Amino acid sequence: MVKPTRVTNSLRALRFAHGRLTQAELATRLGVTRQTVIAIEQGRYSPSLEMAFQIAHVFGVPLEEVFQYPEESS
Amino acid sequence: MSRNFDMMSGLFYLDEVTHEEKRTWILGIAAVVSYAVYLVIVLGRAGARPLAEVPYVATLLWTVGASIAATIVLSIVVAVVSKDGAKDERDREIGRFGEYVGHSFVVIGAVAALLLAMAEAPHFWIANAVYLAFTLSAILGSVARIFAYRKGFQPW
Repeated sequence: MVKPTRVTNSLRALRFAHGRLTQAELATRLGVTRQTVIAIEQGRYSPSLEMAFQIAHVFGVPLEEVFQYPEESS
Repeated sequence: MSRNFDMMSGLFYLDEVTHEEKRTWILGIAAVVSYAVYLVIVLGRAGARPLAEVPYVATLLWTVGASIAATIVLSIVVAVVSKDGAKDERDREIGRFGEYVGHSFVVIGAVAALLLAMAEAPHFWIANAVYLAFTLSAILGSVARIFAYRKGFQPW
């Protein structure tokens, strides 16, 4: 029913790589609810470009290291 | 043991729900309950006479008023009891999506009321068509929001 997104993310790995940052801590730094961080991590919600950049800034990495999009197979 | 587990999973579920999702549940349930109470009272009053002659205005106003009051009070209680964060972009987008879904029923209600008025139908049916459409709009909008929260939501 809900069209699944093809966007994948490395949020969980990045959180663990950055001193086991919890979902709640990341949510506080982004100014969103913890449930939104969970939804993004599980691919249930695609954040706005604005929030995507904010997430990348929290981890100090380029956007492509947080979110990935598979190449079109033609 | 299993009862404790059920209670724990229930509490866990509440913890996993944002304030806006709890508010959506409250809104949806209040709409269903108030309309059910209204129907029971009005239909119970009908007896042998035609429905269009049943007094309904005061009941309609009271049930709508009670529904609004209950929603406000319960939302405040939930906000005080739970330590949820403020509304964020996902809440706002899901809220808009719910409004969009519920809107169709408001239009259907308006068209139904227009047609009934043009056909010079009794006021009872015009008012009740509009009330039913508002209720269905609230219910459908709430269900769409809860689905978006639970099953996922892509804004595009």
